[in-house]
Amino acid sequence: MTGGDILSIFGGALVTISLSLAGILIGLPIGLGLALVRWANVPFIARVVTLYVSILRATPLVTLLLLLFFALPNIGVPINPISAAILALVMNTSAFNCEVWRSALMNFPKDQYEAAQSVGMRAGLRFRCIVLPQIVRVSLPGLVNEMSLLIKVTPVLAVVGVVDITRAAVRIGAETYEPLPPFLVAVALYAPIVFALVSLQRWIERRQAAAEAAA
Amino acid sequence: MIHDFGIVWSERALLLSGLANTAILSTLAAVAALMLGFVMTPAVMSKHRIISGAARLFVDGMRCVPFLLFAYIVYYGLPSLGLRLDNWSSGLAALTIYNTAYMAEILRGAWVTQPREPIEAGIAFGFSELRLFRRIILPPLLLAAGPVIGNQVIQIIKDSAFLTIIALPELTHAASSIQSRHYVPFAAFITAVLLYWGLCLVIEAGVSSVGRLADARR
Repeated sequence: MTGGDILSIFGGALVTISLSLAGILIGLPIGLGLALVRWANVPFIARVVTLYVSILRATPLVTLLLLLFFALPNIGVPINPISAAILALVMNTSAFNCEVWRSALMNFPKDQYEAAQSVGMRAGLRFRCIVLPQIVRVSLPGLVNEMSLLIKVTPVLAVVGVVDITRAAVRIGAETYEPLPPFLVAVALYAPIVFALVSLQRWIERRQAAAEAAA
Repeated sequence: MIHDFGIVWSERALLLSGLANTAILSTLAAVAALMLGFVMTPAVMSKHRIISGAARLFVDGMRCVPFLLFAYIVYYGLPSLGLRLDNWSSGLAALTIYNTAYMAEILRGAWVTQPREPIEAGIAFGFSELRLFRRIILPPLLLAAGPVIGNQVIQIIKDSAFLTIIALPELTHAASSIQSRHYVPFAAFITAVLLYWGLCLVIEAGVSSVGRLADARR
């Protein structure tokens, strides 16, 4: 394995990180939107969202990715590997985020909401100033956990030809007939990223527990 | 479109054998990972610094590595160390070892929240170590950890789909091979998705019946 090979795995790391970030940034608000639809019990649509979340949570990312990558062109929607990858990540993570947001919304104290109503706050203002800041704090550990899970499923994107860390490592292994060293480099790249997120999650939980104990 | 599903229906034997392989693989891995998790948990909580440190390293390390990469390492990487496994054994080994770390962490989480009194009472009654574990510690632990273990089993089912990359003939592999031979991508993969969903609904139903049992015993 040459220096150039290691560099190409680092290039893969850039792809892995950008795709994960795209998935996280698009998936977060969509998950919140889905959770709000279920929370507000919008007729019919809430049912559809419940079904969507239930199916998506049970679907392996590989299967979802293959479905999108092969079936969308079949019904006339052209799609390249990168957009298929982002779409699959967003669909997958938004379903999990929806559950995290929803459980925070379900546990939101009703009296605060009613108090805001009684002083005449509009629905939008009520949500932005009363509900959102509190559910963000409650959901944060769960959302960070979901981010680390998302990064751990990104190697699947290599299946449709996205050159991420895993695909770069597999290619070098196939060229040099020495698969173990590039895989170990790949592990050395993934582990710190995931470990940082896991540590962030524990830190947030500890800080919140400390704040609660002080209160 | 209906015609596409007709093609999938004509290939149902292949899909069903894929579903059966997914179910068998996930069940074997889940049971083995749970058993190994039970061995791992006392090691993580051990008073010996070296044992608990090594166990912690394994558990935390596994949880930082993507499963797909781990499966690649077991299947393609180990042969260069002289350990050559076929795709079934390496798939099963990867799935089991990887999830042992998660099971150990789940069981540790449930273990530390268990009340001390029944265990101390058991010791006072002169239960031997093994009987104490089997009769006093294990039942409430399993009931308390039930829902989280169920979630992990669903995770195992989803992880098993990754093994399609090492050509293990599970459900996603079956769907891919139908799609590549007949070019019916939507019908083939949506059928696979619905079958996965069905499997997960079965697990969820199982978990909630265990939950009812736990409530009845309380």
